[in-house]
Amino acid sequence: MTVKKSRKFSDATVFILPAVLLLALVFVGPLIWFFIQALASVGTPAEMLSYAWTIITSKAVVTALMTTNWISLMVTLLVLLISYPLACYLANNQGMRFTLVLFCIVVPYFTSIIVRTYSWMVLLGRNGIINQVLLYLGVINEPLALLYTKTGILIGMVYVLLPYMVLTLFATMKAIDPSLMRAARGLGASGFYAFTRIYFPLSVHGVVSGSLIVFILSIGFFITPALMGGPSDVMIAMLIERSVEIMFDWSGAAIMSLLLLFATLVLYGIYYRVTDVRRMMGA
Amino acid sequence: MKGVASGQGKGAIELRQITKRYGKERVVDAVSTTIAPGEFFSLLGPSGSGKTTTLMMIAGFADVDEGQVLVDGTDIVDVPPQRRGFGMVFQNYAIFPHLNVFDNVAFPLRARKLPNDQIQERVQQALELVRLERFADRFSRQLSGGQQQRVAIARAIVFQPSVVLMDEPLGALDKNLRYQMQVEIKEIQQRLGMTVVYVTHDQEEAMNMSDRIAIMNNGRIEQVGRPTDIYENPASNFIARFLGEANLIEGTIEEVREDVAVLCTAGGLQLRARADGNVQPGARAHLFVRPERVTIVRARGGIAADPAINHATGRLAQTSFLGNILRHVVEIEPGIRVTVDVQNASGGLFRAVDETALLSWRAADSVILQR
Repeated sequence: MTVKKSRKFSDATVFILPAVLLLALVFVGPLIWFFIQALASVGTPAEMLSYAWTIITSKAVVTALMTTNWISLMVTLLVLLISYPLACYLANNQGMRFTLVLFCIVVPYFTSIIVRTYSWMVLLGRNGIINQVLLYLGVINEPLALLYTKTGILIGMVYVLLPYMVLTLFATMKAIDPSLMRAARGLGASGFYAFTRIYFPLSVHGVVSGSLIVFILSIGFFITPALMGGPSDVMIAMLIERSVEIMFDWSGAAIMSLLLLFATLVLYGIYYRVTDVRRMMGA
Repeated sequence: MKGVASGQGKGAIELRQITKRYGKERVVDAVSTTIAPGEFFSLLGPSGSGKTTTLMMIAGFADVDEGQVLVDGTDIVDVPPQRRGFGMVFQNYAIFPHLNVFDNVAFPLRARKLPNDQIQERVQQALELVRLERFADRFSRQLSGGQQQRVAIARAIVFQPSVVLMDEPLGALDKNLRYQMQVEIKEIQQRLGMTVVYVTHDQEEAMNMSDRIAIMNNGRIEQVGRPTDIYENPASNFIARFLGEANLIEGTIEEVREDVAVLCTAGGLQLRARADGNVQPGARAHLFVRPERVTIVRARGGIAADPAINHATGRLAQTSFLGNILRHVVEIEPGIRVTVDVQNASGGLFRAVDETALLSWRAADSVILQR
């Protein structure tokens, strides 16, 4: 039995081998090579540490980290607030309505981020459609500064990251037995009480995993903030790009990248634990 | 268990012409019935007969398109489910997976904002009643099907409702456990004096537990009565077949004298049976008799001409061994087969197929059915 089982295991390993090789060849390998190359120029490990410390505590990096965290946090919160009712609606509807809403959420998901970001720029610009409509309607007297501000970044990122949250929440909510809510109502709970005591606690795993996914993706975001943000809204990924492209400071870029990679891995670790726990709960 | 006892004399339910439509189809069609306080009332029927929809209308989860649902004289059609105050047990138990047994049972009390010490006491009593005191800290995934069912029952009775609605609560359990749970539910119901409306498609279950059964078919109640009444006096062929095994012998009514009718089969066999006033000579009808009411003897000459006993001879076409009973199928005429169940008592023997068999049963055990 055990022999058979282990052979089966090795059979399965063969199938993931190409993926593992590809990942090692084009991701892990170059990454290590980049770090070694970039950091070797600094000197001894002690020098490396003190250099890393100056980079991390430099004003530009600290500001970028604060901006990154703040934007990511806001994006996560906004995405969550918009996605929760949307996912709820999807999980409790079928047929045409379901298909239509899902279509509207998923199709943009398959469209290039750059295309979507440029579309938003057309909409949000100083002479963009939104400002023109609002001016025409007399809601505002002067065009709103929607583009090249934090607001612009938030709008763009929320839009791009929405599907990740909606689909994660939808999966969790779809797994909630609808008879539980019915039981709660039947046993004397108001709709609000049933939601806060039964539905929300059962969907909280989706909220946590969805938020982690969106946050992880947010902290490394580049295109949308680069195109839609103002000169002062520099996120860490943009700073890395500038260090490489403009300043040719590869060691600095490497240290910032390590920092970002570390943060991502820690968050991913939490995400992994959360989803693992959820699987255990579902059994 | 005084603390858990429900208010006596409360929990009367009256359904007045309730109707539910899905598109053009009338899933529940003008159903009327009254259920007495403290009664165990079952809605029994095949799937799609409208029994669950009827229960959901009483519970408030399905809108009542026409008619009224009265509880203790008050129409509750416009009252939302959470304010109807019924206890509910669902088919799949619907135990909240993120709450332990204690918190599940406490849920209806917390939703009603009872003080904590009362919650403690009542949950404790309810758990004792279903013998789950030791499982208060468990979660549903750590419980067996029977235990989950007990949690669902405790949760439904913990707030002392006068009416408890149960939707096929034993459907997911295996046969032996099911019988045990039937006895337990019945015991709890009698002890607490609550009204139970119970939906099931299992005839034995309904007969074992109910004070009265309403048999539903195509959205209507076909017959209401005590289990023995319905079993012995079904109102139609459908009910006769649905509630256990039934012989239905087709023929024409030859004469009706007082409450006894004579039915003549195509082959000219004359059989007597009880008949109500609506049976008219010349009408096509079926004679109904339960297989266990027919006795089988080896054919012998000379039949006593007793008008209270029906006789028929035939060829033994088939025998089956069902454990506690031996089932014989006797063809008394081409196309007319009579099933005879014989207790598998000591010495009970199968007869050989193709042997000639003499059947006899009392006219009083047979009924003329015209539907």
